[in-house]
Amino acid sequence: MTWWVIFRISLEERFVYRGDFALGTLMRFLPIITQIFLWTAIFQASGKSEIVDYTRDTVIAYYMLTMISRAFSSMPGLCSGIALQVRNGEVKKFLIQPLDMLGFMLLSRVAHKAAYYTIAVVPFAFVFFLCRGFFPGWPEAPVLIAFCLSLFMGFLLGFYIEASLGLVAFWFLEVSSLVFIYNLLSFFLSGHMFPLDLLPVWAHNIVNVLPFQYLAYTPAAIFLGKIQGPELWTSLAIEMCWLLAFVGLARIMFHRGIRRYSGFGG
Amino acid sequence: MGQHPSTFRPSYGRVFLTFARNSLIRDMSFRSNFILQSISTMSWTIMNIGFYLIVFQFTDEIGVQTGWGKYQFFVFLATTWIINSIIQTFFMPNAQEFSELIRTGNFDFALLKPIDTQFIISFPRIDWSSLSTCMMGIGLLSYSLYQLMVVAADPLVLAWPVLFLYPLYLGCGVAIMYSVMISLAATSVWLGRNQTLYNFWFYLTNFSRYPMEIYKTGWGMGLWIAFTFFIPVLLVVNIPARFLARPLDGMTSANWQLAVFALCASIGCLFVSRRVFKRALRSYRSASS
Repeated sequence: MTWWVIFRISLEERFVYRGDFALGTLMRFLPIITQIFLWTAIFQASGKSEIVDYTRDTVIAYYMLTMISRAFSSMPGLCSGIALQVRNGEVKKFLIQPLDMLGFMLLSRVAHKAAYYTIAVVPFAFVFFLCRGFFPGWPEAPVLIAFCLSLFMGFLLGFYIEASLGLVAFWFLEVSSLVFIYNLLSFFLSGHMFPLDLLPVWAHNIVNVLPFQYLAYTPAAIFLGKIQGPELWTSLAIEMCWLLAFVGLARIMFHRGIRRYSGFGG
Repeated sequence: MGQHPSTFRPSYGRVFLTFARNSLIRDMSFRSNFILQSISTMSWTIMNIGFYLIVFQFTDEIGVQTGWGKYQFFVFLATTWIINSIIQTFFMPNAQEFSELIRTGNFDFALLKPIDTQFIISFPRIDWSSLSTCMMGIGLLSYSLYQLMVVAADPLVLAWPVLFLYPLYLGCGVAIMYSVMISLAATSVWLGRNQTLYNFWFYLTNFSRYPMEIYKTGWGMGLWIAFTFFIPVLLVVNIPARFLARPLDGMTSANWQLAVFALCASIGCLFVSRRVFKRALRSYRSASS
C-alpha cells in the first residue's frame, strides 16, 4: 500500500505541466534534423553507401533509437539529489522510518518515468512515424523482446550507477565534479554522440569492457540488428552482471555510508 | 552626486569594468570550482574534436565539393567555439537571470537605475570560466590554419583583408546571437516564466553549427532560407569561417552578397531585438510583493 501511494504521488507530480512537457519533448527532436543533413553530406562526400555497416538511414535511425534508450537510462537530478539529502541531513528520515531509501527513490523514479512515457509517447510516436523511412522495418519478436529487456535493464543500470555516485556524498559531501565526469564520459562512451561501431578497434575494445554502452548504444544496436544471435544474449548477460554489480555496490555503499553518517541539530 | 537627473550621463565603460571585476572576484572566491568549470568546458571541446576526427576517417569533406575539408572544417568548428564562448561568457548567465528577475519582480530595481535597462540586464554577470572554450577555439584555429598553410598541394595564403574581415564578422555573429538571445529572454515578460530559454536557444543555434551548404538540398532549402534571411543564425559562423578557411579570391559574387547581407542582418537584428526589448518593457507589470 505504502509503495502504491508513493508511486501515485510521484505520478501526479509529473502530470501538472503536461502540455508544456509534450512540447518540450517534441523540441528535443530538432537536433535530429541537423543530424539528417550532416550525415547526408558525410555519406555523399565519402562516395560510399555504407560506413562500417551503417547506411545514412541506419545512422539516423540509430540516433532516434538512442533517444529512446536515453529516455530510459538517464536519471536527471538523482545523483545530486542524493548528495543534497546527505548534506542537509534529510537522509535521516530514512533511518527513523521503516522505509528503504534506495527502494523509495527507485519507485519515485519508476513513477516519474511512467508519467514521462505516458506523455512523451505522443511526440515520440509522431516523430517516429514521420521518420519511419529511415528504419529498416520492425525487427522479429525475439529481437523486440531483447530490445525491451535491454531498455529495462538500461533503466535500472542508469539508476544504480547514478545512485552509487550520489552515495559517495557520505564520504565527500560534494559530488558535482564526479557527476560532471560521469555525464561527460557517459555522453561519449554510451554511444549517444555517435554509433560506437565507428570507433577505431582499440577504442571499441576499451568501450566494450565498460558499462556505459548499455545506456544508449546496446538497445539501439539490438533493434537495428547490429548485435545478433549468441552475441545478443551474451551482451544481455553481461549487462545483467553489470546491473547486479551496481545494485550490490549501491547497497554496500548505503550501509557503510549510514554507519559513518552523523546528523546534528533539528 | 548633486547632479540633476536629466543631465546625468552614466559611464557605460566604467560600469562594465565594475561588472567584470565583480564577476572575476566572485569567480576567484571559489577557485577550485572555477578551475573545474574551465576543465569541464575544455573536455567538452575535446570530445567534439574526437567526434569529427572519427567522421573524417570516413570522408575527406563535409558535403560534395563544398570545400569544407578536415582542417577547413576545424576552422569552422573553432569559430563556432569562439562565438559561443563569447555568448556564454557575457550574455547567457544574464539572459537566464533576466527571466528570473521578471518572475520574482526584482526587475523593478533594474528599471529604477539611472542607466539603460537593456545594458544593465545584459552585462552584470560575466562567466569567466566559459572563456576557456575561446582559448581552445584559438588553439584549434591556429593549428588548423597552420596545417592549411603548410600543405604541399594548394596551400592557403591569408590575404591581409581577412585579418580585418574575420574579427568584423565574428562581431557580427556575436551581435546576431545576442539579438536572438535577448529577444527570447524578453519573451519572459509575456510568458511570466521562461525556464526553457536555454533549450530554445540550444535548438535554434544548433542549426548554425554546421556549414550552410549541407542544407541546400531538397526540403533543407526551406531551412536554409529561414535561417539565412529570417532568423539569420546560419550566417553567424559560416561567413567568418568562410573568410578564414578558404582563399579570398575564390569568393563568388553570391558569397560577397551574402557577406554584405550578413553585415546588414546583424545591424537589423540588433535593431529588431532592441525594439522587442523596449516593447517587452512596456508590457512589464511587475510581480506582486
